[in-house]
Amino acid sequence: MLDGVLSFTARNVLLGATILGVSGGVLGCFALLRRQSLLGDALAHAALPGVCLAFLLTGSKAPLPLFVGALAAGLAASLVILAAVRWSRIKEDSAIGIVLSVFFGFGIVLLTWIQKLPAGNQSGLDKFLFGQAATLVWEDVRVMAALAALALATVALFYKELKILAFDPDYAASLGLPMGRIEMLLTLLLVTVVVLGLQTVGVVLIVATLVTPAAAARQWTENLGVMIVASAGIGAASGVVGALASASVPRLPTGPVIVIVASAVLVVSLLFAPQRGLAWSRVRERRVTRRIRRENLLKDLYRVGEAEGTFARLVPAPRLMGLRGQSPARLAASARPLVGAGLVERRGDAMRLTEEGRREAARVVRSHRLWELYLTRRLELPSDHVHRDAEAMEHALTPETVAELDRLLGYPPVDPHGRPIPPPEAAETGTGPRRQAAEARP
Amino acid sequence: MSPTLAILLVAGAVSASCAIVGTFLVLRRMALLGDAISHAVLPGIVIAFFLTGRRAPLPMVIGAGVLGVLTVFLVEMFHRSGRLKEDASIGVVFPALFSLGVILISRYAAQVDLDLDCVLYGEIAYAPWDLLFVGDASWGPKALWVNTGTLVANALLVGLFYKELKVTTFDPGLAAALGVSPVLIHYLLMSAVSVTVVGAFESVGAILVVAMLVVPPATAYLLTDRLGAMLALGVGFGLASAGGGYALARWWDVSIAGAMATVSGLIFAAALVGSPRYGVVAKLAARRRLGGRLAGQLLLLHLAETAAPAATLQQRFGWSERRLRRTTERLVRRGLVERRNGALALTAAGAAAVARGPGAQLAHPLAEASGELAPSGGLARAQEPADGSV
Repeated sequence: MLDGVLSFTARNVLLGATILGVSGGVLGCFALLRRQSLLGDALAHAALPGVCLAFLLTGSKAPLPLFVGALAAGLAASLVILAAVRWSRIKEDSAIGIVLSVFFGFGIVLLTWIQKLPAGNQSGLDKFLFGQAATLVWEDVRVMAALAALALATVALFYKELKILAFDPDYAASLGLPMGRIEMLLTLLLVTVVVLGLQTVGVVLIVATLVTPAAAARQWTENLGVMIVASAGIGAASGVVGALASASVPRLPTGPVIVIVASAVLVVSLLFAPQRGLAWSRVRERRVTRRIRRENLLKDLYRVGEAEGTFARLVPAPRLMGLRGQSPARLAASARPLVGAGLVERRGDAMRLTEEGRREAARVVRSHRLWELYLTRRLELPSDHVHRDAEAMEHALTPETVAELDRLLGYPPVDPHGRPIPPPEAAETGTGPRRQAAEARP
Repeated sequence: MSPTLAILLVAGAVSASCAIVGTFLVLRRMALLGDAISHAVLPGIVIAFFLTGRRAPLPMVIGAGVLGVLTVFLVEMFHRSGRLKEDASIGVVFPALFSLGVILISRYAAQVDLDLDCVLYGEIAYAPWDLLFVGDASWGPKALWVNTGTLVANALLVGLFYKELKVTTFDPGLAAALGVSPVLIHYLLMSAVSVTVVGAFESVGAILVVAMLVVPPATAYLLTDRLGAMLALGVGFGLASAGGGYALARWWDVSIAGAMATVSGLIFAAALVGSPRYGVVAKLAARRRLGGRLAGQLLLLHLAETAAPAATLQQRFGWSERRLRRTTERLVRRGLVERRNGALALTAAGAAAVARGPGAQLAHPLAEASGELAPSGGLARAQEPADGSV
């Protein structure tokens, strides 16, 4: 179907990028959950000396021997990392950095050695470094597809084992499962994907084909199966977009475009994923902050009225601003919805509580003072230490908790500072629309 | 200046300045941030190149420095948001920035005189011929000036802020209590890493930079518990890698940067295996000794209840015949256990040792064990995390 639109090269690139996207997306999930995102980076760099040695030994640059070489080098690298972390004081980050740079450095040594050889200049091994997707031939794509199918089938076969490795390897080991061998299997699979990607995106960017789609998928779900499918989808989509973009725009390299597309998906996911999206939690935080400010204003009006013996007198705005060091704008912003809900009455620059507002304010004050009393009685905190804590708790306590506190404390009339605790009937508010408008859900 | 001398001086300056900042990266477990920065500065270099239109060192260093700090900032932002772990944050940030750089270079390749190969694995062999001209006078290799500059800057940084770097590295809480801002020092250090990386970048390539940042300090970390000694050893190993690598490269006629990384790896491997205190051999031997001692104590305690034939004991503890024989022989040599009527039994001395109490019996090797796993004092103590993940 694609033959009519795309050249052979473009078709190969498209297929290669898609295969890589799917397999990288799947395996990346396990690397991400095991907090081994950067192992892929080390394995990719470590593959270089393996590829070079394989070429030196066999003199062939057919995909299979090079793959075996990369696989062997990747395994050696992961064993060195494991041994250094387990049996010396070297920490994992250093171990990965050391293996990555030393193996790669040695690979460069071998590469320059090969380039001196009579046959070396034509070896084309350096395309593995940066990835030149355009050099993918049909034979490469077939090998990639076979390897990817093998890797994905292995994941399907050992899904349960890999899952427990990702989430609770200690528990699994205590059940007698051979976690060491399963870890080795995962490393083997990661090396496979890395080798798949060398020619398409290059050594440096392989880590992104593993981590970025998985990190993006993680934002949308708490379920591993869903995450794997989503990650594979994001990887494939990035691959397709990258391949098509580089085919249609001159001098646009495939690998980097794939990475940029996946990164863009990640940013969108981080911001707007339904549960974990940072934008939504920002919105939720602001909503709570505003509710707290409104409740504080009601409470301030209540306390002024309490001190003056009447709630009927209008309280001037400067006095309210002085209580919490608020700007006029912030006070006005808190007062506006309260006026709209009929809890506060405003005349020019001054305001006072309505009947309904007095009840709502009494509810907040009641929570505050009961909590203060609870802290002094039950936790035996001194009474001058409890106000700050109560300032926070008054906005979080549910009516049920407040009633329970009241009962536990024996329906006390006054707080630790001797101020009256408003009785429940004074704090009873209607559940009509007015209250709902004033009290946004958390 | 002869080319050989110029190359050796450039490599020496690079390795020394990398080792100085790398020491703190290794101790702060941020070695991979060095790796990330060394790749992520690429777009900074390219953009600086576009803005100035030539390969002027100073704008490039500034552009790369900005990108380096941006990398650190982005990694921390993702990490702090709680949505990504630290390793994943690093793993998504630097490839994205590197990709941006590669795309910029590819799209505007005609205008950009930057070679991607050189940037990644560097060609220090060209350094002697890339000269700095002031007016018409040649002032020697440009790379030598740049890297000597970063070496001096790093030495000054560590010299001036030694105490601050030390306290924020080992005990950020204490640092904050003393009024030293860990965040400020962190960004200062990261700026130094960025500048070092970009200074070294063009002459030796990103990968050798990572090798020089991480490998010599990690080698030193295997050999000492003191910060001052670690810095000195790190610089020493860096210089040795540079010199040895150059010799190797001349001998085999291969990439100089690659050979330097290879030699640093060989030195590290030697320390990893042979370090008297923290090496693999020492650690395995200590573990073996400890296992032997615990087995001996276990056997003593068991024999204190009843004498038993070897076969029973072997079954009871699930030991191999060899292990039981070795354990028994040690105890027999110490005169604590003897063979009596085909069974093993405590001697009077053995009974006395057990009588000192199982608590005393077991406390000794365990106390020693914790001493071996978490050496007290110096770097080690500050480095071992409280959760005991040794």
